[in-house]
Amino acid sequence: MSNGSGTNGSARTNLPPLTLHVPEPKFRPGDAVDFAEVDVPAAGSVRRPDTAEAASGFTDLVYTLIRVLDDDGKAVGPWNPRLSPDVVRRMLRSMALLRAFDDRMFRAQRQGKTSFYMKALGEEAVAVAAAYALDHDDMCFPSYRQQGLLIARGWSLVDMMNQIYSNRGDRLQGKQLPIMYSVKDAGFFSISGNLTTQYPQAVGWAMASAAKGDTRIAAAWCGEGSTAEGDFHAACTFASVYRAPVILNIVNNQWAISSFSGFAGAEATTFAARAVGYGIAGLRVDGNDALAVYAATEWAAERARTNQGSTLIEHFTYRAEGHSTSDDPGQYRSEGEPNAWPLGDPIRRLKEHLIAIGEWDEERHAAQDKEVAEEVKAAQKEAEKNGILGHGLHQPLDTLFDGVFEEMPWHLREQQAQMLAEETASGRPWDKK
Amino acid sequence: MSEILPETAEAGAEATSSRMNMIQAINSALDIMMDRDPNVIVMGEDVGYFGGVFRATAGLQAKHGKTRVFDTPITECGIIGVAVGMGAYGLRPVPEIQFADYIYPALDQLVSEAARLRYRSAGEFTSPITVRSPFGGGIFGGQTHSQSPEGIFTHVSGIKTVIPSTPYDAKGLLIAAIEDNDPVLFFEPKRIYNGPFDGYWDRPTQNWSKHPAGDVPTGYYRIELGKAKVVRAGGALTILAYGTMVHVCTAVVAAAGVDAEIIDLRTLIPLDIETIEASVKKTGRCMIVHEATRTGGFGAELSALVQERCFYHLEAPIERVTGFDTPYPHSLEWAYFPGPVRITEALKKIMKDA
Ligand SMILES: Cc1ncc(C[n+]2csc(CCOP(=O)(O)OP(=O)(O)O)c2C)c(N)n1
Repeated sequence: MSNGSGTNGSARTNLPPLTLHVPEPKFRPGDAVDFAEVDVPAAGSVRRPDTAEAASGFTDLVYTLIRVLDDDGKAVGPWNPRLSPDVVRRMLRSMALLRAFDDRMFRAQRQGKTSFYMKALGEEAVAVAAAYALDHDDMCFPSYRQQGLLIARGWSLVDMMNQIYSNRGDRLQGKQLPIMYSVKDAGFFSISGNLTTQYPQAVGWAMASAAKGDTRIAAAWCGEGSTAEGDFHAACTFASVYRAPVILNIVNNQWAISSFSGFAGAEATTFAARAVGYGIAGLRVDGNDALAVYAATEWAAERARTNQGSTLIEHFTYRAEGHSTSDDPGQYRSEGEPNAWPLGDPIRRLKEHLIAIGEWDEERHAAQDKEVAEEVKAAQKEAEKNGILGHGLHQPLDTLFDGVFEEMPWHLREQQAQMLAEETASGRPWDKK
Repeated sequence: MSEILPETAEAGAEATSSRMNMIQAINSALDIMMDRDPNVIVMGEDVGYFGGVFRATAGLQAKHGKTRVFDTPITECGIIGVAVGMGAYGLRPVPEIQFADYIYPALDQLVSEAARLRYRSAGEFTSPITVRSPFGGGIFGGQTHSQSPEGIFTHVSGIKTVIPSTPYDAKGLLIAAIEDNDPVLFFEPKRIYNGPFDGYWDRPTQNWSKHPAGDVPTGYYRIELGKAKVVRAGGALTILAYGTMVHVCTAVVAAAGVDAEIIDLRTLIPLDIETIEASVKKTGRCMIVHEATRTGGFGAELSALVQERCFYHLEAPIERVTGFDTPYPHSLEWAYFPGPVRITEALKKIMKDA
């Protein structure tokens, strides 16, 4: 240890040298995958506490997995939300629609129609089931991977695609990166590209609702990787201190771009267990079990609505696709992982459940797959009438300066005028509207 | 300690060179510094096994080991805070912030800690860290993959700010930054990682293989911090630029046929004021170009300095060409970007009475 203030020079030679632990995932490209070490408790085996139970009593619930669907497709145990087959069918359809939407928009990016896309493949249940368990006017503070909330709330696919294409129909005026939606009318907060900033904001929204004597609650989502950000911890502290009516969801899909969950602390503990230290209720849920996600969300919503405070829910799932269209997961993880994932495909599991209870069959499922694909295709056709990114720029130029402030100060007005003059000088394509 | 930070043979400077893009040049600088100094470590989101989302650290973990090149939790304040602590121990951390747009959670550790440690401890503790971060737009990255926040940091006493514009400079400057005993922010213009983008977004882009500065010595060399480079000598006016804008200015000047002197600042803090002053006194005109937003940007500081030192030599008002004072837009990216049209208009204005 040369220069600097290191103390290596005075190391005591009779002590063992310290070593630095750096986490390493179990499997890398080329490795055979065996997830035998992933502990999967039997469906129905976890107790369901009273929603008013003190947060100190949750230590057993943060290290297990709440599961409702068993291997035969039966819904079992105390967490079974006992939904009507009709609601379950609608949930299934929303998940199928989300998958079809993702598939088509991912391909649209590959075809050069937009700059960026992110799928939720394999974790569709997390957002969709939560949307069904929440009230329509509860406020969602999502990350970029909860487009399922919008789809489950019946938001217009064309509107979402317009945003993805930054086209003439884009309500956000092409200002944001594709998929960074903002849909106030669907209780869906403007998505930030900066990780976990939505977490304390959700807590703040919930505190405001409580302070005003409202009945609405808030919910936030972030990936397990994002729990490392300071904002996550600030949010948990506020949520605990003020017993904010908020549900804090951690989507543990095992990977944060190329970094496995161990780099967010998963080698040492679960993400749900973070709740224990903060003194808020914690639940750990099979994120590929739509009924379990529904049940946990419903439970947490009731807790929040009855002034018992926040719940932190870890959704244990798997990111089956690359991080985004900019990512190639084959570079850092084994190709075998998605198929070996022990919790299966959330759509297939819910489908099998409906079939098992005699409320669905393969033919109807295949027909539905076709139907949602057609619905997405039609929406795409509609959206593309408003243009796609790269086929000229569709926003009126002066919108560039809208929304920096409510009223435009002189320096922006000057710059706007300068830009329009440049436009005249340039003869660029979007001048010729 | 010796086991996890192995001694390596001193790599002598080699005379050979090879074609590199900016990412490869940065990778080479990191590799060489890790070979030369066992205290150099590389850390950041996705920099380890994967080698970084822009591949700047590719191969380094395999060669230098996991305790010297490692992935970190996704917490920028944690990354910089930990780097400060490692630096206090005596290491030379080179943390990466994946995009400059994500540096803000680390502001406190940079501004209140790294920048002030030497001062407040009267030199007992220092922060010999080099924070690498891709910055700038032109890639349809929207507002969170496009910003140029250098002006926030040049305003802070105690941090150096370096911005290369070529592979050759990137390597030599990065080596000097790592060897520097003070904290250095090393902003990498990602738009020119692969080639010297000239601002004409609708024309095919070049790559570094044909550019003279894409010829990079494979061994050790340093480019002193605080030294600007005159990339084009001329007498009609002085253009101050850095990063991507150096190439845009070069292309515009060539197209306009103006005999401009283009200065690539390379280091913003400490600034090479002598080169700037000599040039402006010679040409009598000064244009400042940066991609960052205008108000309170580094161009404002440059403008003040030139006015203070060269006022009686100026034949026209100083021109500032910058990004607009809005967040970086997605679809209207090229209306925002201070490209050839904006620079040409400013050129006409400043040369009007010449
Ligand atoms: C403050 C900040 N730092 C870094 C990034 C870059 N980044 C975008 S997504 C991502 C990984 C997030 O992983 P995780 O939280 O697990 O969510 P997932 O993508 O798996 O859904 C990173 C590092 C960012 N967007 N914002």
